[in-house]
Amino acid sequence: MVSPAAARRIRRDRAPGRTRPPMLLAAPALIGFGFLVLPLLALLVRAPWRGLGRLLSDSQVLTALRLSLECASAATAASLVLGVPLAWVLARVRFPGLALVRALVTLPLVLPPVVGGVALLMALGRNGIVGRYLDEWFGVTLPFTTAGVIVAETFVAMPFLVVTVEGALRSSDLGLEEAAATLGASRITVFGRVTLPLIGPSVLAGAVLCWARALGEFGATITFAGNYPGTTRTLTLQVYNTLETDPQAAIALGLVLLLVAVLVLAALRDRWLRAGSAP
Amino acid sequence: MAGARRIAALVAGLGLAVAGCASSGDSSGGSSAAGSGSSGGAISGTVTVFAAASLTEAFTTLAHAFETAHHGVSVKLNFAASSTLAQQINQGAPADVFASASPKNMQQVVDAGGASSSSNFVKNVLEIAVPPSNPARIAGLADLARSGVKVALCQPQVPCGSVAATVFSNAGVEVKPVTLEQDVKSTLTKVELNEVDAGLVYVTDVRTAGSKVKGIVIPADVNASTEYPIAALRHAPNSVGAQAFTAFVLSAAGQAVLVADGFEKP
Repeated sequence: MVSPAAARRIRRDRAPGRTRPPMLLAAPALIGFGFLVLPLLALLVRAPWRGLGRLLSDSQVLTALRLSLECASAATAASLVLGVPLAWVLARVRFPGLALVRALVTLPLVLPPVVGGVALLMALGRNGIVGRYLDEWFGVTLPFTTAGVIVAETFVAMPFLVVTVEGALRSSDLGLEEAAATLGASRITVFGRVTLPLIGPSVLAGAVLCWARALGEFGATITFAGNYPGTTRTLTLQVYNTLETDPQAAIALGLVLLLVAVLVLAALRDRWLRAGSAP
Repeated sequence: MAGARRIAALVAGLGLAVAGCASSGDSSGGSSAAGSGSSGGAISGTVTVFAAASLTEAFTTLAHAFETAHHGVSVKLNFAASSTLAQQINQGAPADVFASASPKNMQQVVDAGGASSSSNFVKNVLEIAVPPSNPARIAGLADLARSGVKVALCQPQVPCGSVAATVFSNAGVEVKPVTLEQDVKSTLTKVELNEVDAGLVYVTDVRTAGSKVKGIVIPADVNASTEYPIAALRHAPNSVGAQAFTAFVLSAAGQAVLVADGFEKP
């Protein structure tokens, strides 16, 4: 039996952080760190701190902020409703072509968002292969509407939720689900009463990730939904616009989005910031 | 094909343009230490040209002609909204020439010390572009104000957006667009894709788009125009090339290409 203190010492000696890194690794590591941090630092240094209140209380900025929060939240809600069942199917159902389906679901994750926007136009635009009928039969056109922004954000952000939740489902304890089934619970009851509570934290983390991605969405939105204050100009589009007319205001808006990013990171700290934790 | 023929004709005329470079270089300004005694042979390397989006087709043709006439010289073109380009130049983008669709954006570069003077080389007026099928049956400016008509305009700080505002105010029409695009080509694309019922673009954009859009002329008494200034930039990495390209655009051969695309003489 090893004493707790001795065990701690052994762990500490073996921990990777205790070793002194060779120069060959330390130098690029330091440059890499500086490269990632410098731009954020520059944003803080150049920020118009004195005029910040005035710049951020501009009515156009507030409109864009409200629109951003609403659209990102709606996109997250849509992703939860569609994405959690999709993740469950990918994790629990065996069918031919599963690998292909999973690849297709993951594709928007790596696809350049502006390509996603073009693809959405071709599918759901007024001339799109589906959008044409939406217009003809229901008089619904998505481009240039707030609904279009939500569609674009959902397309880009939902895969983040699906991948997170599917991972959790695969590593969750099947035994509990089987036990519930043996005791006579229907499959939908098992899903609602056993599976969902088990993966709850992962669903929450996936939702936060999805929300953050939706909030930062730019390429698909400007391509598919256009750019008009009040209906489709979200905060990221506002930053892009203001950089031409009022760079100081663009920096101020950048600070707001940086703050949101820090808050998201804080919310997910248990998943990401613990050394050695699985993603 | 038409472009190739045009280039061939241009190359013939280019000799004259370059010969006139030394004299007309003075009018377009710039402290050209390297310009002293520069003849056609002195131009080398890459000439980087920042040009308004509406110049896309004309300047692409001009760049090819310039490259053909000066063996080994390559012209790098960067098209975007003049407001975007002015911003990029003022932030230190390594441009040799700036061709703006509005004196206002050129002035921003001059004010920041990026250019000492400029010459207006063409002017342009607006036209209504609609999809070939004209789904909203647009016949004039007043139709753009009808409810349910989807209109795309340029951002107000972009030249095409500010000219559009003048046109609407001249005509006494109030239009609520569905989108404000980042440059005139992006506005045109929304029309080409049939995503909007109409867009306000330049006459030249309608012409170069061919059959992809239909143009509806705006009456001259309410239409507004914008002048296009060009300047060789003060911090041009290739100052000789900058002077030569600017002179070429201002030359008779250069003007012929621009007029063929529908631009008017300033």
